[in-house]
Amino acid sequence: MSAVIEGHHDDHHHGPAKGITRWLYTTNHKDIGSLYLWFSFIMLFIGGAMAMVIRAELFEPGSQIVSPEFYNQMVTNHGLIMVFGVIMPAFVGLANWLIPMQIGAPDMALPRLNNLSFWILPAAFGVLLATFFMEGGAPNFGWTFYAPLSTEYAPPTVTYFIFAVHIMGASSIMGSINVITTILNMRAPGMTLMKMPLFVWSWLITAYLLIAVMPVLAGAVTMMLMDIHFGTSFFKAGGGGDPVLFQHIFWFFGHPEVYIMILPAFGIVSHIIETFSRKPIFGYDSMVYAIASIALLSFVVWAHHMFTVGMPIAGELFFMYSTMLIAIPTGVKVFNWLSTMFKGSLTFETPMLFAIAFVALFTIGGLSGLMLAIAPADFQYHDTYFVVAHFHYVLVPGALFSIIAAVYYWLPKWTGYMYDEFMGKTHFWLSFVSVNLTFFPMHFVGLAGMPRRIPDYAMQFADYNMIVSVGAFLFGLSQLLFLYVVLKAIFYGKKATGQVWEGAQGLEWTLDSPPAYHTFETPPNLEAGEAKG
Amino acid sequence: MSSDSSYYVPESSKLPIFMAFGLLLFVLGAGSTINDLGKESSNSYILLMTSFAVIWGVMFVWFSNVISENNKGMYSDQLNQSFVWGMAWFIFSEVMFFFAFFLALGYVRMFSVPWLGGEGEKAITNILWPAFEATWPVMVTPDNETFPGAEKNMNMPGITKLHTWLPFWNTLCLVTSSGTIALAEAALKKGKRAAFKSWMVVTISLGFIFVFLQGLEYYEAYAHMGLTLGAGIYGTTFFLLTGFHGFHVCLGAIILTIMTIRGFGGAFSEHDHFGLAAGSWYWHFVDVVWIFLVLVVYVF
Repeated sequence: MSAVIEGHHDDHHHGPAKGITRWLYTTNHKDIGSLYLWFSFIMLFIGGAMAMVIRAELFEPGSQIVSPEFYNQMVTNHGLIMVFGVIMPAFVGLANWLIPMQIGAPDMALPRLNNLSFWILPAAFGVLLATFFMEGGAPNFGWTFYAPLSTEYAPPTVTYFIFAVHIMGASSIMGSINVITTILNMRAPGMTLMKMPLFVWSWLITAYLLIAVMPVLAGAVTMMLMDIHFGTSFFKAGGGGDPVLFQHIFWFFGHPEVYIMILPAFGIVSHIIETFSRKPIFGYDSMVYAIASIALLSFVVWAHHMFTVGMPIAGELFFMYSTMLIAIPTGVKVFNWLSTMFKGSLTFETPMLFAIAFVALFTIGGLSGLMLAIAPADFQYHDTYFVVAHFHYVLVPGALFSIIAAVYYWLPKWTGYMYDEFMGKTHFWLSFVSVNLTFFPMHFVGLAGMPRRIPDYAMQFADYNMIVSVGAFLFGLSQLLFLYVVLKAIFYGKKATGQVWEGAQGLEWTLDSPPAYHTFETPPNLEAGEAKG
Repeated sequence: MSSDSSYYVPESSKLPIFMAFGLLLFVLGAGSTINDLGKESSNSYILLMTSFAVIWGVMFVWFSNVISENNKGMYSDQLNQSFVWGMAWFIFSEVMFFFAFFLALGYVRMFSVPWLGGEGEKAITNILWPAFEATWPVMVTPDNETFPGAEKNMNMPGITKLHTWLPFWNTLCLVTSSGTIALAEAALKKGKRAAFKSWMVVTISLGFIFVFLQGLEYYEAYAHMGLTLGAGIYGTTFFLLTGFHGFHVCLGAIILTIMTIRGFGGAFSEHDHFGLAAGSWYWHFVDVVWIFLVLVVYVF
């Protein structure tokens, strides 16, 4: 099953295995990173197609294309796929590609476990998508699957959903154990914790959050399973339980989860901004402390998702103030990114454009989050399109833009070929305009009272919704252009140098482009030099 | 075992994809089996059983490979350190799994049950079932026809009757076994293999006695106390907390049994016995969970 890699490092540089088995049986962090990224890319188009159905239905008021039942399934699965099938796997893919190269390790710490973490995902999402063709249809209770919608009123396919979530969680936990172990145990000599590249730092903390909260999600779906099939009463008031308990447990998982989807983005954007500003990141230490503070605060803010559920006033106040505290470390990060650019020698290649858009638009999402954190105001905003606008601003021009930026930034390193700068910039401007066209008007209809998750709306929201739908279709088409740019780079791109970007710092840029199949089999010694990336 | 050669990166392996396939079968098998509960003539359980066979089979081969790789001296100290971190964080994830259930118990005891009884600002919930009186354990549920409450509960009967109370003996078994496995490990480190093996046998015996007593308690609950999964929130939290704990004790006991069998076969040296050490950490973990569990489920 395995050949030995020991002793002499110089005389073996075996490449990848041939054929499909390379991908099925691989233990190589670069292969597994690519698998994650391509999986995420495919799921982006599947989840995106669902968003297109939603926007087509909402193009005009009244019932247009799909039945309300199917609309619910679209909303639910769009959310589940985008969260668990696109953003998270893409970040794990980036972690796989980059962490070993950035810390000077030969691979991830537990390579076979790494492959298992990936291959669980197609199984889990295969089952989730198969539920569309089963009796009762796919899950239709929203991505937050509140009880009793997901228990008493759920379609029978909820059982498959529960077990799919279980193995998805197992995949995330194993992946995170791998990331933490790699970072703690396999850094090159001389790379102390406070010299680690910020992407590595952000993933260390993300992995900690994942290990802490994915088991809580597993607990929540297990309680659902017991309530549905085995007569327990966790979420049934008649037996002494409480449906609100579900929301507490879900959001105890859910709030750290939303930071899981943004912390790695912070790391990525820090690298890109310093490279294209040709300055080291401003306030490295405070960046690390900010990420850690955000992560710790994320455990004590969960009930701001449920201000209207009927909590004691002390709870409302506690969760309101703790939520607002998060603005402080987040503000530190935005300040540091701007200060890094201040008086830098800026150039605006595609990754930098996406990174700057990230800073601007993520801040908009953060500020609307601050509005939502105000408990009395939230009574008005709750479950309106304002919330939809808020979390799409932090997830699409936030998390997704950072992933796209990372792909443009590291694609020459991974493949050895440059992408087409003109096409990349075209992709950026199309995405930038359409993403705002899609999500900005949602603020207005939300403040005016348009409820989320409803397939129809009142006449006064018609104009804005049409603009939103047009923006969404344009954004969807723009991502096809992204696929084209990536494929064109891989097949027809110009050769890239090892350094790729003039201002890029860090160990991965000392390698060839593309890097050898196995890199850093002997760890680089950094004791003399500076490794801060 | 350890060498200062480079970090061992295994070549490509078929094990992970087979394991993922086993998990796919598990999702389909468990989902269809549970959905078919109560239906006559359902074969879904065959799928579930197949998935267990695949998963356990792959695990057996996987662990065997790791052991033989280690015996061939392919693992450096650094790689062994990866296993240490890996097991530590795995146990942390298990702690958080239990945390969800402790959170649920705390919430119903502190908030939802008192509110249903009319306490606090949320007195309005009392309108649903005005006759309901909040007590813990909840012996009469708000909707007592749908969720008939238990006749008796499992709470501690008082210090003088401690010896008639099964959880007392359970606690004794588990705490003692945590000590005996520490003795086993200490004996192994000193090279006293006979003592090591004896303490291991004592430990797993105590573990299985615990599982047996827990089973006896469940039988009592169902047969004589009306305490079932359907007996409202008390039965729900009681069975889910003790049940998941019991499941983890079973798992730990199986791990330790395998380690003991390996020990009898001559495995483990004074300095290289990570499999045993990891099993022992796991055992201490189920012990600690049990102590918290006894306090909040049985005593207070």
